[in-house]
Amino acid sequence: MLVNFFHCLRDVGIPVTTRELLDLLEGLQRHVVFGSVDEFYYFSRTCMVKDEKYFDRFDRAFALHFEELEALDDIIEALIPEEWLRAEFLKQLSEEEKAKIETLGGLEKLIEEFKKRLEEQKGRHQGGNKWVGTGGTSPFGQQGYHPEGIRVGPNGGNKKAVKVWDRREYKNLDDSVELGTRNIKVALRRLRRFARTGAADELDLDDTIRSTARNAGLLDIKMVPERHNAVKVLLFFDVGGSMDPHVKVCEELFSAARTEFKHMEYFYFHNFIYESVWKNNIRRHNERTPLLDVMHKYSHDYKIIFIGDASMSPYEILQPGGSVEHWNEEPGAAWMQRLREVYDKVVWINPVPREDWHYTHSVGVVRELLEEHMYPLTLKGLEDAMAYLTK
Amino acid sequence: MKFEGTERYVATDDLRMAVNAAVALQRPLLIKGEPGTGKTMLAEEVAAGLGMPLIQWHIKSTTKAQQGLYEYDAVSRLRDSQLGDEKVHDIANYIKKGKLWEAFTAEEQVVLLIDEIDKADIEFPNDLLVELDRMEFFVYETGETVKAKHRPVIIITSNNEKELPDAFLRRCFFHFINFPDKETMREIIAVHYPDISKSLVAEAMEVFFDLREIPGLKKKPSTSELIDWLKLLMADEIPDEILKERDPSKAIPPLYGALMKNEQDVHLLERLAFMHRREMR
Repeated sequence: MLVNFFHCLRDVGIPVTTRELLDLLEGLQRHVVFGSVDEFYYFSRTCMVKDEKYFDRFDRAFALHFEELEALDDIIEALIPEEWLRAEFLKQLSEEEKAKIETLGGLEKLIEEFKKRLEEQKGRHQGGNKWVGTGGTSPFGQQGYHPEGIRVGPNGGNKKAVKVWDRREYKNLDDSVELGTRNIKVALRRLRRFARTGAADELDLDDTIRSTARNAGLLDIKMVPERHNAVKVLLFFDVGGSMDPHVKVCEELFSAARTEFKHMEYFYFHNFIYESVWKNNIRRHNERTPLLDVMHKYSHDYKIIFIGDASMSPYEILQPGGSVEHWNEEPGAAWMQRLREVYDKVVWINPVPREDWHYTHSVGVVRELLEEHMYPLTLKGLEDAMAYLTK
Repeated sequence: MKFEGTERYVATDDLRMAVNAAVALQRPLLIKGEPGTGKTMLAEEVAAGLGMPLIQWHIKSTTKAQQGLYEYDAVSRLRDSQLGDEKVHDIANYIKKGKLWEAFTAEEQVVLLIDEIDKADIEFPNDLLVELDRMEFFVYETGETVKAKHRPVIIITSNNEKELPDAFLRRCFFHFINFPDKETMREIIAVHYPDISKSLVAEAMEVFFDLREIPGLKKKPSTSELIDWLKLLMADEIPDEILKERDPSKAIPPLYGALMKNEQDVHLLERLAFMHRREMR
């Protein structure tokens, strides 16, 4: 029962589990939806998808899986029990129409004929004058003009001409970030700084006892704020062309960081940082954030992590106007210097293996700028980087 | 028992489906969507539509899951013990019922709204897993188990400020309230202001959707802002012509304060208008 559909969803990367499949089946059994593909679509989406970023993938998987079903939907709707169909059918007829049916040899014959044609027919049919389908003049099908016609299926109040899942309205919500590996999360977990800030809502037992004793036994309650991870992180991602081979591992790092740090902000840059960065790659040319604003907004206790391959021509770092994308008034190195003056801890994480670093001159330049705080994007490298950031 | 929207609330097909499925299968329904698309209002209207009382639990950054179940007020018990109060002998006197307890023990089925669950700590949803699943919890202090008499209809809203844990999502049904298209928006306006003039609505909608198209706005105006703005337009009796005058150099709509909540956005509009005037020259 829908196991193939379930696997289809898993194949496109939607995290569905057995529990959701059982929910779906329970809903079907309880007739939450009945006899409408649109309703089934809505219901299965509500059941199986728990984040709007997966809606687009769901739409595609749904279209793929139910393509054939959709082609046969008229027939499926027609496969309702015969008695029901007949009773319902008779109810809708006026006396005059009933008389007309006789011209085709009576209701029995009409239904007989209908079934026969259903069997002959393979696939959905529109127009024409024989097959079951829509819009034709055959006696069978929807919206036909034949006076003796059987209208197949309930008179759907369905206004939608386009199948909803084919419209793929949720396209830009899919950020395609796969869930990061647990390993990365564990490595990032090293970057923790517990602090007691915020509302005092925990009983400080030690202090209460001390203070009560000093009060000669008269109770004196002391409260403290709760302990939580107060570390703040600012991530900068390189989205340049040479980063393409590393996209997957960077995505994993990003999604791991996202779940791990409560205070996390991210920006993108290309090759090296200059006077502005951006948050949205599609609108990178008209929605940029000046780096000065970033430095003013995020306090100096933020930890700065760059993720990039640092592979470029050295002049992109050292010369004014060195950027490959625009004219920069000041060299990138000056901006990096400014950043390092504001923030104590700045690290660069490089997805290129450490062994290959010395082949690229610019890697050496960046390492020098950061006083050797460049780490490879490996578990060990991440652990080292986090250890430095917590120091 | 089916939710079909109410006179004051326009529910799209997929939203109705999600609500009805959640009610029928007794699962919590997680609602996400842009701010101002009527997430919180949905719970009120579901309660009204199904004729059930509504219990609201608004989540803040300091809210703990335990507070939804019950709180044991140890401090006042200690104080009472010093004062020799009789109450002190029964621990039940110091147990304060939370919203979940209230919902579980209500005499009839209720709608429970857990509003803005993403405001709380990351661990908050995890602490409610069993409670939402089995609809029961154990009170350690008194040793009793509170079990739902009637499983409440639970509606949870989130503004997406934090990602919710998978285990929690597994237990919920999910619906994303899309920003309404023009058609739906007209229905929504008709529901709120039945006697507003057609041309005003048409013009205002044009301005409104144009405004949403502008790239770089910090906060795009949403349904609730449009409704407020229309109210102001009606109150001020702004003639339709002012809205109709589609001169890009006057990019700022009248009474913009209802639509734009951010001074940077207003500046952006001013800049756009200025740039346009310069181009015209």
